[in-house]
Amino acid sequence: MTITPPTLAALRIGLFSFIIVGLVSVVYHSTKDKIADNERLALLQNLQSVIDKRLYDNNLANDKIQLQSNGQNHTIYRARQAGQPIAAIITSMTTQGYNGDIDLLIAINVSGTINAVRVLNHRETPGLGDAIELKKSNWILSFNQLALQDLDQWAVKRDGGNFDQFTGATITPRAIVNEVKNTALFFQQHQQKIFQ
Amino acid sequence: MHSDYSKILSNGLWHNNQALVALLGLCPLLAVSNTVINSLGLGLATTLTLILSNLLVSSLRQFILPEIRLPLFVLIIAGVVTIIELIMHAWLYELYKILGIFIPLIVTNCAIIGRAEVFASKNRILPSVLDGLAMGLGFSFALIVLGGFRELLGSGTLLAQADLLFGDAAKDWKINVFDDSSGILLAMLPPGAFIGLGLLIALKNATANLR
Repeated sequence: MTITPPTLAALRIGLFSFIIVGLVSVVYHSTKDKIADNERLALLQNLQSVIDKRLYDNNLANDKIQLQSNGQNHTIYRARQAGQPIAAIITSMTTQGYNGDIDLLIAINVSGTINAVRVLNHRETPGLGDAIELKKSNWILSFNQLALQDLDQWAVKRDGGNFDQFTGATITPRAIVNEVKNTALFFQQHQQKIFQ
Repeated sequence: MHSDYSKILSNGLWHNNQALVALLGLCPLLAVSNTVINSLGLGLATTLTLILSNLLVSSLRQFILPEIRLPLFVLIIAGVVTIIELIMHAWLYELYKILGIFIPLIVTNCAIIGRAEVFASKNRILPSVLDGLAMGLGFSFALIVLGGFRELLGSGTLLAQADLLFGDAAKDWKINVFDDSSGILLAMLPPGAFIGLGLLIALKNATANLR
């Protein structure tokens, strides 16, 4: 059997693919653990930004469940002290921002008060809507230790509520206030299920 | 021989600058150039990709049949970029998160396959590596100038968040040029990238006309 030029070319492509896939898989296996470590550390850092690590003693990053509400998938991390539930840290997302999704991390104490809120990801306008980042302003701290009562106070000032809006950006804080409120309501209604 | 190498360098850095003259790879250039550090990160990753892909293409050039050269170039470049992406994910995690999709997108930077086709597949290893280095540095230069321009106008700083790239020791490299409340928002937004790049290209052309 003679090898025709097209076959030869195909064989060559095959050989090259084999070598390159081999190289990539060597690098993949030698970086795999380090990458998993990075991801875990980043998650833990995020979680500890909304709850003091002295408040719980369980393995927070692994004590989690998935729950659905209004078509949204929440990942919920449960903080416990000596087996007793202390707080739930709920990932939440709103599409009501000015530009794209806003990802939130919301820690709610068993008593129903908000412990703290942080924005994980957003694409709001730099200089206007990005004041929701703790790096840019203290606005996000106005949720700290807030109880879920007087529900009509849970709105930006322009809508008759208690939260500051930003000059030139009302949509962004409004979206976040609503999402935190809805998440807190969701927590109130499903507290049993969350800590099961 | 010596003049050949200096020609490769001056072509890559200036006369045939991939961003300002060949106008290749503009998508990552425009999207990532909002701060000096982001620019530097993408510039370094692109330069490394160019060097490695030129090295591989040049050293394998006898085995690369003309009929199948394009799929092989793509294969080599994709492999190199995937390896760089994994390495950044492991050791430059914060920067990796910021550059995000633009690291895998280095694969589609036409400058890289362009250099493989035009230069590395026809030249010996050493000139090819040098060409990759020069083209990469030229591209990084354009990125960093644009990043500096946008960061300065947009937030009044330079080298903010240098710790993403250089570790904690670089936390205070940030230079506050003026108070950030007076920043020009437009510079940070996509139009700022287009305007800045336009000015850079105009400047490059103006210096060429002076001679």
